[in-house]
Amino acid sequence: MRHRIGLAVGPATFRIGSAWRAPIDALERLYAAYPPVDLDRRVPDFTVRLQPTRPWRRLIRPSIAIAGDHMLPDAAPMALDHGLLAAEMGMNLQMALGWRRHVLLHASCVERDGKALVITGESGSGKSTLAAMLGERGWRLMGDEFALLDPVAGTVFAFPRLVSLKNQAIEVATAGLPPERLGPRLEGTAKGTIRHLVPPVEAIARMAEPAIPRLLLLPRFGFAEAHRPVEQGEAFVRLTEASTNYLALGETGFRALTRFVREVPAVALDYPDSATVLAAVEALWSEVA
Amino acid sequence: MSAPLLVAALLDPGIVTALDAPRWTGLLTAARAERLIGTLAERLRGLAVPPEVAAILADASLDAERDRRQALWEIDRAMAALAPLDCPVVLLKGSAFAAAGLLAGQGRAIGDLDILVPRDRLEDVEAALLGAGWEWVKPDPYDDAYYRRWMHELPPLIHVERDRMIDVHHTILPLTARPRPDAAALIADAVPLSGGVSVLRIDDMLCHAAAHLIADGDMAGGLRNLWDIHCLLVEHGEAAGFWAGLEERARHHGLRGPMRRAVRLSHRIFATPIPADWRAGGTLDGLFAARLLARTSWGREARPLLRFGFYVRSHLLRMPPLMLARHLWTKWRKGYRPVG
Repeated sequence: MRHRIGLAVGPATFRIGSAWRAPIDALERLYAAYPPVDLDRRVPDFTVRLQPTRPWRRLIRPSIAIAGDHMLPDAAPMALDHGLLAAEMGMNLQMALGWRRHVLLHASCVERDGKALVITGESGSGKSTLAAMLGERGWRLMGDEFALLDPVAGTVFAFPRLVSLKNQAIEVATAGLPPERLGPRLEGTAKGTIRHLVPPVEAIARMAEPAIPRLLLLPRFGFAEAHRPVEQGEAFVRLTEASTNYLALGETGFRALTRFVREVPAVALDYPDSATVLAAVEALWSEVA
Repeated sequence: MSAPLLVAALLDPGIVTALDAPRWTGLLTAARAERLIGTLAERLRGLAVPPEVAAILADASLDAERDRRQALWEIDRAMAALAPLDCPVVLLKGSAFAAAGLLAGQGRAIGDLDILVPRDRLEDVEAALLGAGWEWVKPDPYDDAYYRRWMHELPPLIHVERDRMIDVHHTILPLTARPRPDAAALIADAVPLSGGVSVLRIDDMLCHAAAHLIADGDMAGGLRNLWDIHCLLVEHGEAAGFWAGLEERARHHGLRGPMRRAVRLSHRIFATPIPADWRAGGTLDGLFAARLLARTSWGREARPLLRFGFYVRSHLLRMPPLMLARHLWTKWRKGYRPVG
C-alpha cells in the first residue's frame, strides 16, 4: 500500500494501509496523542486496507473498499471524503470479527474510582453520546463502541477509539470543545452526518487501565423518563446479543457473561433529553458505587 | 510477496526465529488471507516468537480448535437427522480430515459441512434436513434451478438455529465439467467411521482435492487446498502400492491430468516427496504456482492479469462457451459483477 500508519487503541494494535494520502493524514492528526506504533519494530494485531474498489478508481472517481484480515463479503464502497470513517469502520470490523482476548461487548463505557459503568443498547439508544458527555464531566471515557471484558479477572478494558458522533448528537456532545479535538464533518454517510471526537487526554493516557464493572445501563432515547431494574436472565440475553465474539469464545464467553450478570446490577433507563439522562445516571451511580 | 515466506515457514518452522517485525507482519497477514493461520500456529507451536506474535498465534489456535469442535458437532447433528434414512453419508474436505484425525486437519479452518450422498437419495436427504431445521440460503429461482440441473451439489442449506451451512453433494465436480468422476465408486469404497458416517478412501480424497483445485474454480485460496494434498501425500505416500493405486484411481475418475498436476505442484511448492515418474511434464506448472503464490505482505492478491486468466479458465472448465455466455448474461442482468 502507498501510505500506512500504525495505531494502538486499548490493548489492540493496527496497521492501516491506504491507496490515498488523505485518510492517513486525518488519522495522524486525530491519533497524535495515542502511543505510537512503530511498524518496523512491532507486529500489529490486525491489518486494515483502504483500497480502490477497481484499479482505476484510485484516481478516477475515487472509491474506497474496506478490506483487511477480516472482511465482510458485501461491504458498501465509500467516498474518499469519508476515508477517515472507512478507516474507523475497518478497525471496528477487525475487532468485531477477530478479537479473541476478551469478550467483546458492543457497549460504551466510562470509569470513576476504578469502577466502570457499561452502557449497551441498539444504534440510536444514545450510548456513544452519553459516554462522550460523561467523559467531559468527571468520568474517564473508556470507549464509545466496545467494552472488553476480561474472562479471567472479570474486569473491563478500555477501547477508547475516536468517538463517533452522529447527526443531532454532534452539537450536543461537542459544545464548547476546541476544534483540534474534532474530525471533519462527514456529510451524507450511510448513517447521516458523522463527526469524530478525540477522547480527553486522560482517557488516552490511562487506556491500559482496567476497571471493575459496577453497573450495566440499558438506555433508550426518545421516551419519558423511567427506569426499572433488569433481571439477570434478560441482562444475559442482551449481553449475548451485544457481543460479536460470544459464540467464537465458546464456554469462556458463557462463563464470563454469567459471572458478569451475577455480579453487576442492570438498569433499563428511558430518557427524553441529555440533561435528564445525565442526572439519572448520577443518581443511579450513587446507589451502587 | 509473502506467500513464499508462508510456504517456507510451514515447511521449516525454525526459519521464523530470524524474522524481523515487518516480515512477521507479512507472514501472519498472508497466512490469514490464505486461511492457513491455524495451520501455521500448529506448525510453530513451541518455538520462541515475539510476544505479540505469540498472542496472535494463540488466538488462531483457539479458532482452529473451535472450528474442529463445531465441525464434529455439525456432523453429529446432520447424522441425527439423516440416520433414519439408512442412506450412506460420506464426509468431504475439512470435516472429513477432522473426523478421521488426519494430518491435513491439524489447525485447519473448517467452514461448511460438506457431505456426499447417492444421487438417487438426494430428495430424501433434502427432506430430512429441511425437517430438522435447515433452510435454503438463496431462494433465487434461477440459482436454485441452475444448482439442481447442473451442479454437483444442492443449493447450500443453513441451520436456522446454529447458523451453520451444509453442502449436500452427489458427486465431486459440476455436471457441466468434462471429467465425470465415478460417484457410485466414491461412496461404495468409502471408509466407515463410528456414528454411521464415512470418509473417502485416501486416494479418493486426493482425487477430490485435485478436482477441486485444478479442474474447478479459479484457484483463489488454493494454497490451503494444496497444503491438504501435501499432507495427505506425506502421511500416506509411503504405503506399498500407493502411487500406482493413486494413478489408477485418478484415471478411473477421469482425473489423471488434474491429479498429476496437483501432485507436481505439491512437490514444486511444498517439496512433497513424490516418485520420479510423477515429475514429468508440467509445462504450465509455473503459471499455476505463480497463481497459488500471488499473495502480498498486505494480504492482497497480486498479478491481476494472471488471476483474470485463471478466472476465465474457471468458467471454461465449468461449462461449454455457449452455455457460459447464457449463464453470464442471466447473472449480469440480475446485477452480479465479478469481483476485481
